[in-house]
Amino acid sequence: MISDPDIVGLLYLVAIVCFIVSLRFLASPRRARQGNWIGGLGMVIAIATTLALDGIGNWVWIAIGAVLGSIVGVIGARTVKMTAMPQMVALFNGVGGGAAALVALAEFHEAAGAFATDVIVSTVLSALIGSISFSGSIVAFAKLQELVSGRPTVFAGQNLVNVAVLGGAVVLGAVLVAGVESEWLLWLLLALAAGFGVMFVLPIGGADMPVVISLLNAFTGLAASATGFVLDSTVLIVSGMLVGASGTLLTLLMAKAMNRSVGNVLFSAFGSVQATASGPRADDGRTVRATSPDDVAVQLSFARKVVVVPGYGMAVAQAQHDVRQLAELLEEKGVDVQYAIHPVAGRMPGHMNVLLAEANVPYDQLKEMSEINPEFAQTDVALVIGANDVTNPAARSDTGSPIYGMPILDVDHSASVIVMKRSMNPGFAGIDNELYLDPKTTMLFGDAKDSVVKLISAVKAT
Amino acid sequence: MTDITLIIELTILVLAIFLGFEVISKVPTMLHTPLMSGTNFIHGIVVVGAIIVLGLADDTFTRVVGFVAMVLGTANVVGGWFVTDRMLQMFKRRPEPRKDDA
Repeated sequence: MISDPDIVGLLYLVAIVCFIVSLRFLASPRRARQGNWIGGLGMVIAIATTLALDGIGNWVWIAIGAVLGSIVGVIGARTVKMTAMPQMVALFNGVGGGAAALVALAEFHEAAGAFATDVIVSTVLSALIGSISFSGSIVAFAKLQELVSGRPTVFAGQNLVNVAVLGGAVVLGAVLVAGVESEWLLWLLLALAAGFGVMFVLPIGGADMPVVISLLNAFTGLAASATGFVLDSTVLIVSGMLVGASGTLLTLLMAKAMNRSVGNVLFSAFGSVQATASGPRADDGRTVRATSPDDVAVQLSFARKVVVVPGYGMAVAQAQHDVRQLAELLEEKGVDVQYAIHPVAGRMPGHMNVLLAEANVPYDQLKEMSEINPEFAQTDVALVIGANDVTNPAARSDTGSPIYGMPILDVDHSASVIVMKRSMNPGFAGIDNELYLDPKTTMLFGDAKDSVVKLISAVKAT
Repeated sequence: MTDITLIIELTILVLAIFLGFEVISKVPTMLHTPLMSGTNFIHGIVVVGAIIVLGLADDTFTRVVGFVAMVLGTANVVGGWFVTDRMLQMFKRRPEPRKDDA
């Protein structure tokens, strides 16, 4: 048992330093993995120190809780497919928010009315923010896991209802702070905040989910920090706030990569009403042209420059290894192959980099959007593998389109475009793509992996 | 708790805000997702709060609530760390280890 508060404080300080170094390293490609290990070390120090505090008991409960939580965490994180990582981040973020809210509830119960003002304020904040983060993250998880529709869900007067629910929770918080310290009020506050979390995420379309998860991640950080004020724990205050601040900045950076403001993401119900207004019209004389793997193989083999545009479809089909194989075959035939990486292709920023790196695609072939866009004009074939919204020219030209203004990959500037897609269904944002009606575009329907495997044998035979 | 403690806590809170912004200000796009996952792991520190509440609990209600918080907080820590590590493993097997394009 450690009874000297100075030693406890110093050990917590070491943990804090670990977290700061961890964040610093996580922002650099070369040291990111080391960064995660250093963060892990900090966490072990913080937890061990807490367990050794004077007076800690209920060991059986603690042990069972730790074992259960670890089982959930390990199984969740290790068995899930690489494509499902984003929703796992949402899920683990949500449980953290839930933990913060419950800690606040338990402290409120324990102290039973004997509160200093700053403590009750922190308790209310921790409960409010933690509960929003919990329910909001669960909805984000359900959307990405496609348990509920990824499309925006809206109803009339929704904003009004949201404001009323959040307002109600805030008023309850104010009543608690004013001195009416009834536990019922806190329960009601938790329920209202959870309701707000659900309604606040539900209207947001799946394509915007990364930004929302990042925001909820910052929320959980804030909730943890508030919990730190309740418990007078510096390690909670600092670590929680570090996440609150860096998570906020990260949210802004992600929104910027999509050329959208955070406010726009949260309140515009992405693609809700206009979605049907600007799709390809069947009666304007243009049609979608389907093609075969053999034709595509010939086109690719005799091209000088091919740009591969990977998207979520490639990730779902786990086709990245086959795509690399196809690219290598083409390079042997003297074709210049590059990959165009849209910052938000897939479900998360950096999703494509992760998958292609896993498939050992050389880094110098991965081009960022600003780098590759001028090159499409000199490209013979743009091979779009399961990407949709990030290639939609409506983002450039159609002011009525819900994705208007989002920077896209200018695949339509290349001499020809081949789109590999499972069906004509619209993408995650729920809007149609004009690109498919372009006379330069041909479609190769089917599962991305099957199609690429067929292409490989067809290219070998060419 | 004395007022001086509160002021000190608020001071470090404000410093942590500035530090949080500063420390990740130059992150490349491809690391956005792993970094989000890494920060997701770090706020799992809330498990420390769960341990304190559960460890000091002396009635059933607090024990039950603290226990659930303990499970959730541990899942946040363990799951958050492994998800981040799995994402970053992908970056490790690069063919050109010396090329740092940050």
